[in-house]
Amino acid sequence: MADIVLDKVSKSFPDGTVAVQDVDLEIADGEFVILVGPSGCGKSTTLNMIAGLEDISSGELRIGGQRVNDKAPRDRDIAMVFQSYALYPNMTVRENMAFPLRLAKLDKETINAKVDEAAKVLELVPLLDRKPANLSGGQRQRVAMGRAIVRQPKAFLMDEPLSNLDAKLRVQMRTVVSRLQKQLGTTTVYVTHDQTEAMTLGDRVVIMRGGAIQQVGPPQELYDHPRNLFVAGFIGSPSMNFLHAAVQDGSLHTALGEVPLGDRVRRELEAADAPRELILGVRPEHFEDAELVDEDTRRRGLEFEAPVEIVESMGSDKYVYFTVEGERASAAELEELAADAGAGDFAGTGGNLVTRLSAESPVAEGQSRRVWFNLEKIHLFDPTNGRNLTLHEGRSAGALAD
Amino acid sequence: MSVNATPAGAQVSAEAERPTTTVPTQRGGRRKPPLSENKRAERRLGWLLCAPAALVMVAVTAYPIIYSVWLSLQRYDLRFPDQREFIGLENYVTVLTNEFWWTAFGVTALITVVTVAVELVLGMGLALIMHRTLVGRGLVRTSALIPYGIVTVVAAFSWRYAWTPGTGYLADLFSDGAPLTERASSLAIIMLAEIWKTTPFMALLLMAGLALVPEDLLKAASTDGATSWQKFTKVMLPVMKPAILVALLFRTLDAFRVFDNIFVLTAGGNETSSVSMLAYNNLIRGLNLGIGSTMSVLIFITVAIIAFVFVKLFGTAAPGSDDGERR
Ligand SMILES: Nc1ncnc2c1ncn2[C@@H]1O[C@H](COP(=O)(O)OP(=O)(O)O)[C@@H](O)[C@H]1O
Ligand SMILES: [Mg+2]
Repeated sequence: MADIVLDKVSKSFPDGTVAVQDVDLEIADGEFVILVGPSGCGKSTTLNMIAGLEDISSGELRIGGQRVNDKAPRDRDIAMVFQSYALYPNMTVRENMAFPLRLAKLDKETINAKVDEAAKVLELVPLLDRKPANLSGGQRQRVAMGRAIVRQPKAFLMDEPLSNLDAKLRVQMRTVVSRLQKQLGTTTVYVTHDQTEAMTLGDRVVIMRGGAIQQVGPPQELYDHPRNLFVAGFIGSPSMNFLHAAVQDGSLHTALGEVPLGDRVRRELEAADAPRELILGVRPEHFEDAELVDEDTRRRGLEFEAPVEIVESMGSDKYVYFTVEGERASAAELEELAADAGAGDFAGTGGNLVTRLSAESPVAEGQSRRVWFNLEKIHLFDPTNGRNLTLHEGRSAGALAD
Repeated sequence: MSVNATPAGAQVSAEAERPTTTVPTQRGGRRKPPLSENKRAERRLGWLLCAPAALVMVAVTAYPIIYSVWLSLQRYDLRFPDQREFIGLENYVTVLTNEFWWTAFGVTALITVVTVAVELVLGMGLALIMHRTLVGRGLVRTSALIPYGIVTVVAAFSWRYAWTPGTGYLADLFSDGAPLTERASSLAIIMLAEIWKTTPFMALLLMAGLALVPEDLLKAASTDGATSWQKFTKVMLPVMKPAILVALLFRTLDAFRVFDNIFVLTAGGNETSSVSMLAYNNLIRGLNLGIGSTMSVLIFITVAIIAFVFVKLFGTAAPGSDDGERR
């Protein structure tokens, strides 16, 4: 077991691609850290550098306090789990799991004992004599995990280990991974492009974009206090709503009405180079049916009326999609997020507003409805660089803060 | 000159894909007699698809094979045509008790085993180099293939001149005598010429096999603590086994029929004849159709046995297929 420190680590490939840029990251002993970001953002490359499968172009990597830049993978004592499982097709499950131990020249009895124990933990005992070709995806995945844990390595590195599983199995395996990591207390770096996995699994989440770290923090913190537009749009499902907002006379003109600004944001916007146009970000759960909001709360927010397009009742609450007129929010980050999510999934920028209202709301499709949203929870972003203007000392305080 | 365009390449990938897609059902189908309706239709389609090729093959090869079997059962020497008569297996007794036949058989077997073994090792090395080469891959592959592109007879002549004292650079360099007039050195030179010529072919087939080894598997082996050699022997070789067997089969069958190089280099002198050479001498030179055909049939049988053994080996060679070990 050991901590892992990345000190200004960069990677450029021979063809000139800079896959990872100046990544600084300290992973504590026993910590479960998630690397998340859209595909192509350099997650795998980062992980491969930690494993020693890719050379580090510049910077320093330390595992357990020791510089390991020039060490071969086999001398780093880390175990890796791959999206493709990478099981040896010619070996049985038992042989697959025993492979690292055999290479480490342990004696037969120890190997058998360790494999049996790991097999028990992962419920692989009845499968020990099968070949990988005769296993289901979930079983293969567990064998891959088993091969990693038998060795009791300094760290686990997992590269999208659950991405090839179907949705249901993925959720199941998520808890398996989580439980296993807690039991063993082994430092783990887990790569995924799925923000739900990132939110649910890790102690800390590292959000990457284009080879650079965007923000590091516990999942809730990233959700509540995104440092920039990219993080705000990436974390959360359904994603945050983004609307165009024009700055005028100390307030904001948006499709949802005029948003008053507190002193702090106003001061920010008085600077000479301050943007005249902003992007307003509101999470779906910060909307509420205006009827259901009491007087006190109402004053902290803003009301608007819009036609209801679709109502999806989840039982516990309702997802309601509104049509709003007005200019679309546009920024490089948003386009990137939309491209990554696939055209349909990222609703954040469309003429559509995704809201989550209480189940009691009598809202119905086709009608027009008054909706309230919480101004203390909104975010304002500078479209030119994506910075979150409502963030103050790492905390987001909404539009009204003084 | 794409690797996958070679027939062997196609076969290799077919071998590799089989287990993941169809093996479990196929296995069930083969073991349990009652086939489902679907299965039977599929099998019928399979036969139908093979039929045209099979028919053409039979039409082209069946007649000569049957005819030579027929000839091998007769005393039939064109120098004494009136003595032609049916003699059953007498020709086979004659050939199989003849020391020239067994010498030639030994020479052929020696050439086959040595050249195929050396080609496998060299070809693997070459394949690894070509596989790893990132820059100028096309150039490396092309230049490695040059020997294979030269007509065997032409190459054989250049070897003959090279080893002829007075005219040849190699003869003057390596020996004072005439190497092609002694048995051991002649055989060595024949094998050298064979290896030089066909190693690139072996390398190409093996490279198709290397492409079958998933990158992640090697990465996994690295993190599991394998050295480069262990990765090669414990991960790459097992995964490549089908490709290796295909390459070995092709080369073994080819090598067993070795003719051109011997014909040009020694003409079979000093007991360097291969079985093909011997059959040729009896058939074409000696005009003894009976004995010559008998030898041809024996070669055919040997080749068929080799092919059969290899095909048997394929059965359990495909990655992930464990037909043999399943209860
Ligand atoms: N061997 C390579 N040569 C050149 N570019 C590469 C190589 N491997 C990855 N890249 C590039 O580096 C970037 C990061 O890749 P990767 O780390 O695999 O992303 P992901 O976050 O999806 O795992 C991508 O733009 C990819 O195209
Ligand atoms: Mg990746």
